[in-house]
Amino acid sequence: MFTGMLCLTKAKWILKGGGRYVSVSCQNPARHLSTGFSKARDANPGGEPNVNESQLYDVIISGGGMVGTAMACSLGLDPNLEGKRILLLEAGNKKMIDKVPEAYSTRVSSISPGSENLLSAVGAWNRIVKLRYKPYQRMQVWDACSDALITFDNQDLGNEMAYIVENDVVVSSLTAQLESLAGQVEVRYRSKVAKYSWPRPCLVAEAVPWVQVTLASGQTLQTRLLIGADGPNSMVRGEAGIPTVKWNYDQSAVVAVLRLSESTENNVAWQRFLPKGPIAMLPLSDTHSSLVWSTSHRHAGELLELDEETFVDAINSAFWSNENHSEMIETAGSLFRTALSLLMPTGSSARQLPPSVAGIEPKSRVMFPLGMGHASEYVRHRVALIGDAAHRVHPLAGQGVNLGFGDVACLTKILSQAAFDGKDLGAIQHLLEYETDRQRHNLPMMAAIDLMKRLYSTNAAPVVLLRTLGLQATNAVPPLKEQIMAFASK
Amino acid sequence: MRPGSCFRPVRPVAGHATAMLRKALGSSAFRLPLGVGLQRGSVLGAIFPGSSACACRVHGLQPDGARPHGPVRTAGSSVCSVSSVHHYSAGSSSRTTLDPSETKKFQALSSRWWDERGAFAALHSMNSLRVPFVRDSLLKVHQGLQGGRLLSGTRILDVGCGGGLLSEPLARLGADVMGVDPVEDNVRIAELHSSSDPTLRERLQYRACTIEELSSEETEAFDAIVASEVVEHLLDVDVFIQCCHQVLKPGGLLFITTINKTKLSYVLGIVVAEHLLHIVPPGTHTWEKFISPVDLERMLESNGFCVESIQGMLFNPLSGAWSWAESTALNYALCAVKGRGGQPPGPTHGPEQQLAHHGGAVDQERRES
Repeated sequence: MFTGMLCLTKAKWILKGGGRYVSVSCQNPARHLSTGFSKARDANPGGEPNVNESQLYDVIISGGGMVGTAMACSLGLDPNLEGKRILLLEAGNKKMIDKVPEAYSTRVSSISPGSENLLSAVGAWNRIVKLRYKPYQRMQVWDACSDALITFDNQDLGNEMAYIVENDVVVSSLTAQLESLAGQVEVRYRSKVAKYSWPRPCLVAEAVPWVQVTLASGQTLQTRLLIGADGPNSMVRGEAGIPTVKWNYDQSAVVAVLRLSESTENNVAWQRFLPKGPIAMLPLSDTHSSLVWSTSHRHAGELLELDEETFVDAINSAFWSNENHSEMIETAGSLFRTALSLLMPTGSSARQLPPSVAGIEPKSRVMFPLGMGHASEYVRHRVALIGDAAHRVHPLAGQGVNLGFGDVACLTKILSQAAFDGKDLGAIQHLLEYETDRQRHNLPMMAAIDLMKRLYSTNAAPVVLLRTLGLQATNAVPPLKEQIMAFASK
Repeated sequence: MRPGSCFRPVRPVAGHATAMLRKALGSSAFRLPLGVGLQRGSVLGAIFPGSSACACRVHGLQPDGARPHGPVRTAGSSVCSVSSVHHYSAGSSSRTTLDPSETKKFQALSSRWWDERGAFAALHSMNSLRVPFVRDSLLKVHQGLQGGRLLSGTRILDVGCGGGLLSEPLARLGADVMGVDPVEDNVRIAELHSSSDPTLRERLQYRACTIEELSSEETEAFDAIVASEVVEHLLDVDVFIQCCHQVLKPGGLLFITTINKTKLSYVLGIVVAEHLLHIVPPGTHTWEKFISPVDLERMLESNGFCVESIQGMLFNPLSGAWSWAESTALNYALCAVKGRGGQPPGPTHGPEQQLAHHGGAVDQERRES
């Protein structure tokens, strides 16, 4: 090692030996200086020092979905980041529509007020409103195994609980906004990434200190900070070797666009916990709703095969039938409810039934597998993960994309401050702040969602009794419900 | 799910590196042979005995309010006697007085500069205070543009720049920065680190020299000078201030961060850090060389500066973060302005001069040295 040290003192630093390099021993936790970064493919320690320096970006965002595009808009609009070179890489085509097609698209998201703030801040919310969206003020969640239910109601407060927006509409609005920022943010479509090369964190002569992104076209780009927004099977996360806690839920979600029997003031979101998984109906308009039915893989496969009429019957009966009730639970439940109504007269709500379904829109039935995933680290030296790349949740709470938008807001704020303080954008100090902030918010949410999923996955009597009483008790305490709503709205 | 990454406690930063250094060098290495290259009985006073001539103080994180020391800096770097241009720079000393093997080891340590979580972590995190301090004060005087051109058009001198920890953020904000440090290896590390970044290369320059050497070449060339964690290592702060005065433009700003000379800094900085916890080798610091804000202010004002603000700084060893504090009992930061009008005072005895100051008329009395 000391031979290497002497090398440093010479006028030119020459790397001696094929693969050996001057290794300044950095006694640091592995994740900052991780040799885990450099696996076999990094056999060339010097990187590619001949890459044209005009290809050095300040930020490259990999992945142009809802969250990635929102990140690009957000960074492009920030005054402290003016003059920084920002690039968004998207493997697919550009998705921008002037007018929504008549048919609703199948993939929709529930946009919370917090996400609405972010989308307004980047100037995309107005476009969304002009295209198509559906606000709703109430949500009813109830059990199939008992009479317990909980309702969340914003009607008295006058503001919306959340909005149902088609994913395509969100992406299109953000893309249109990004077009107006063409001076600040560069976008490349149909650019698939072939590989990532990581920087040498220690001071090694002639090594490239930036992240290198090699596209499928062969071009190599360099960046001071790489933001991975490439979805639940993130390549950035995988190649960085970031350990991920994940499990499959043995559930798939069947989604479809439903046509209601009659036009109604459709401003309630419905979700019923069936033993195999929750079924949810989200309002799209007065005549249409979106179905998200999470159930076992086998059952989901069967549902896809059913003809339209049988499928519609299955949906209606899933929402309406009481076949899973047991006498004992019903008695216990109604006793508890009576007791609660004595203690808290305002705390009970009448059970309402969702509108009945008449048919489904053609070609709108799809299924996709569900799982949970959480990256144990959101950041590395010069790398940050946002959106589904960092965390993936069950759709039962409608939180997936909202957590992602929360990441966008937080990371933008932190990068803005870092630039204002003259910091190197890829430095780990402030990236760790982002990680801490978001993990503190995301982990409890993910734990709660996972807990709900597990709690409602069984019809064993003790568990059903427990959750029945728990749900009724929560329903009877308005301040508690307000807390829950506030947490979910961030 | 590992919740651990939500909280990252700062490791006792210099512990390991200190232990390694101590083992490698032995405590005697911290004492430079006296008299080498120093003119005894120079006009400007006695050389502090022994322990202050610390050749290697590359790290030394002290708990609670301390900060790691600057780069290898030899004692006499600010001696600037009138009768001769005899100055003592570490560059020459490292070739003549230091062991080559020790030089190697210093190099090994100097390369730790850019290890953000390593020996210099606290200096890295001090940037969260220093950079906004310099930036905001300069922005009051110079109107900047947005983003990476906030400080464009300003020329800043970073004295005792070490590995360039403070020079780089200032350059990133658009300023033209020159970093000087007497230790060549530090300068090399700084150059190496900034050479890979095209934005920095245009705006950042390093030189291995002392400020005396620089002051003879460049007069009134800089809009601001930053001397962070420097003055507590100097033999003669007065001469240092004079040299700063020479290279600053009229109305230019001088930023100093240093440690106060109080009982508290003795207890925490010397006793606890050096003797009890052995975070820093004994003799690294000399309490006598700490300067209180009052003394520093007096010295500055007598040399043609007007002190604009003094602010205490506090280090939290658990979080590794710095914060501004009311009390200047431990660390503090200071901003002074060079007077616009009148003659700058000469480097030695001169007649009493009255200088019209930037903030108002203050009587000047040339200090007897």
